[in-house]
Amino acid sequence: MSALRVYVEGIGLWSPQLADFATLRALLAGTTPPAPPPRPAAAVLPPNERRRAPESVLLAVEVAGQAVAMSGRDAASLACVFASAHGDQAITDYMCATLAQAPAELSPTRFHNSVHNAAVGYWTIATGCHAPSTAICARRASFGAGLLEAAGQVLAEQRPVLLACSDIAGSGPLGEVSDCRQPFGCALVLAPQAGAATLARLDFDLQPGADAIDTPLPEPLAGWRGGNPSAAALPLLALLAGRGGRCRLAAAATLGLVIDMERVA
Amino acid sequence: MTPLAVTAYTATSAVGSGLAAQLDALERARGGLRPNDFGSAPLTCWIGRVDGVEDTALPAALAAWDCRNNRLAWLGLNQDGFLDRVRAARARYGAARVALLLGTSTASIGATEEAYRRLDPDGGMPDDMLRPAIHAPHSLAAFAAAALALQGPCLTVSTACSSSAKVFASAERMLRLGLVDAAVVGGVDTLCDSVLFGFNALELVSPEPCRPFDAARNGISIGEAAGFALLERVEAAPHAPRLLGYGESSDAHHMSTPHPDGLGAELALRDALARAGLDAAQVDYINLHGTASQKNDEVEAALVGRAFPATTRASSTKGFTGHTLGAAGILEATIALQAIEHGLVPGNLGGDTPDPICGAHFAWRNEQRRVNVALSNSFGFGGNNACLAFARAGFAA
Repeated sequence: MSALRVYVEGIGLWSPQLADFATLRALLAGTTPPAPPPRPAAAVLPPNERRRAPESVLLAVEVAGQAVAMSGRDAASLACVFASAHGDQAITDYMCATLAQAPAELSPTRFHNSVHNAAVGYWTIATGCHAPSTAICARRASFGAGLLEAAGQVLAEQRPVLLACSDIAGSGPLGEVSDCRQPFGCALVLAPQAGAATLARLDFDLQPGADAIDTPLPEPLAGWRGGNPSAAALPLLALLAGRGGRCRLAAAATLGLVIDMERVA
Repeated sequence: MTPLAVTAYTATSAVGSGLAAQLDALERARGGLRPNDFGSAPLTCWIGRVDGVEDTALPAALAAWDCRNNRLAWLGLNQDGFLDRVRAARARYGAARVALLLGTSTASIGATEEAYRRLDPDGGMPDDMLRPAIHAPHSLAAFAAAALALQGPCLTVSTACSSSAKVFASAERMLRLGLVDAAVVGGVDTLCDSVLFGFNALELVSPEPCRPFDAARNGISIGEAAGFALLERVEAAPHAPRLLGYGESSDAHHMSTPHPDGLGAELALRDALARAGLDAAQVDYINLHGTASQKNDEVEAALVGRAFPATTRASSTKGFTGHTLGAAGILEATIALQAIEHGLVPGNLGGDTPDPICGAHFAWRNEQRRVNVALSNSFGFGGNNACLAFARAGFAA
């Protein structure tokens, strides 16, 4: 019995090696795609916000914008689930360093940008979205937990949902313990029914147990996954770039999410 | 929606540990705020600090999780027999069939702050702080999963001050889809320099005890709290109070200021009433977000005035506990549940000179009356809004 079935309508992706989902597809087909510019474009943000926004916001908005554009949906109509294992580590590093030395000098802007829901906040403001929005984390299971939360909203509410999952590289002493070595972000637009924009069908099953491991990956994908918790999404993204198949992701420390993907478009 | 049973709940805040202490404080209008004595260079303000956190020891097997936030979580879990109720749910349904969904705004960032105050000469964290799990925002939920031995869906919601209200919505969806049979929801946030100096930098902290909805209010008092609830299907506990509905929305307006017309707050309220099948007039009590910031209280008082008849009573309890940020949702949900259970509308502590924008709905002093339906509002940075609707067992909308 498959408890959960949702349809993928859009896919976003950004890392220092991958400008978008088409680039991943090209890479898996054996070509060597050019690297994207060093800073995500985040074209959805108004220019003044784009200049001021922290890197974590640019990354999340970039992948969310790609996925929504591919789906053809109006961003304002989509409920939002934004996941990130660490939030903005550069801001956390700045805040902890400042608080240790000169706490009264803490920047008010960096403080309000430090909330875990900063990225989804900027996204909803930029897109005029009044739908429910949430920001979640679950360490290395952040993508899987976010996917479960997003699929739950799709099916329980029968509405399309935007899922984004992203982490920037770690900074300072915090970066040494978080061991997050390069940025990675991805996004999916998920819908309850098949439609003209449908790319793939996903069937989920929950599989309890701490011992089962994530689906193995070839290099360089395996190395990228090791360097960023949000890149735990790569087995599913690689499936989506192909014709179909099965992968397993962690949805919690002791819970696996087995996903069967079938290409529709 | 199909209501859910709230089969157990508990709260620990500046007014005391456990529900009996909380009820006693509400009944006697005894606030828990004190002059700021937190940290080495305390700002001039008042705080809602929980007594006994420093003396709380985690079980030896959980020692790697030690930090102020997880100590407060453990202190909170040990009140009101909550651990036993979770143990019983785990035995009844299985560890993988109980979700654990917790809200927090800063988790154990206080531990990361401490590590930065005591960096090694080489610039890295000191050895005793080299515990990656407590420097991640999932620290609280991961600790609680270990402490409660739960193996089902587990995630942290971190949407600033709406965090531990939104976990009720996630839990309801998982129960409705049959992914789990029960859910532990809640939240914990602790005092730390990040929020004290951060809100101070935003000029949102009052130098005095906060005065929600007072004409002369001048900012928030920051507090800390832990709260938890166990949600199950109504058939499992027909006599337990119920989660009747919830609403969620986004302001799409500003990162740190509410929408001037309360647009998102009203969307969340209407969503909650619609899911619960309630008319506004059926709501007996609303525990307001009521932070004592200029803007929030102005916008929220106007919303109450236009959406409800004056028979609906309203108050903020942040004058008792301070603003407990990511824990405010669950803390104030437990106050709404106690209002139903004990027929007590808590007075709006600190509102001695009511702002004229407040209508006749406001309960400035305690009122004893039957409460069948109670709402709780929680609004966060980023324009993130949530509203919860609770009712007594047997109430039919």
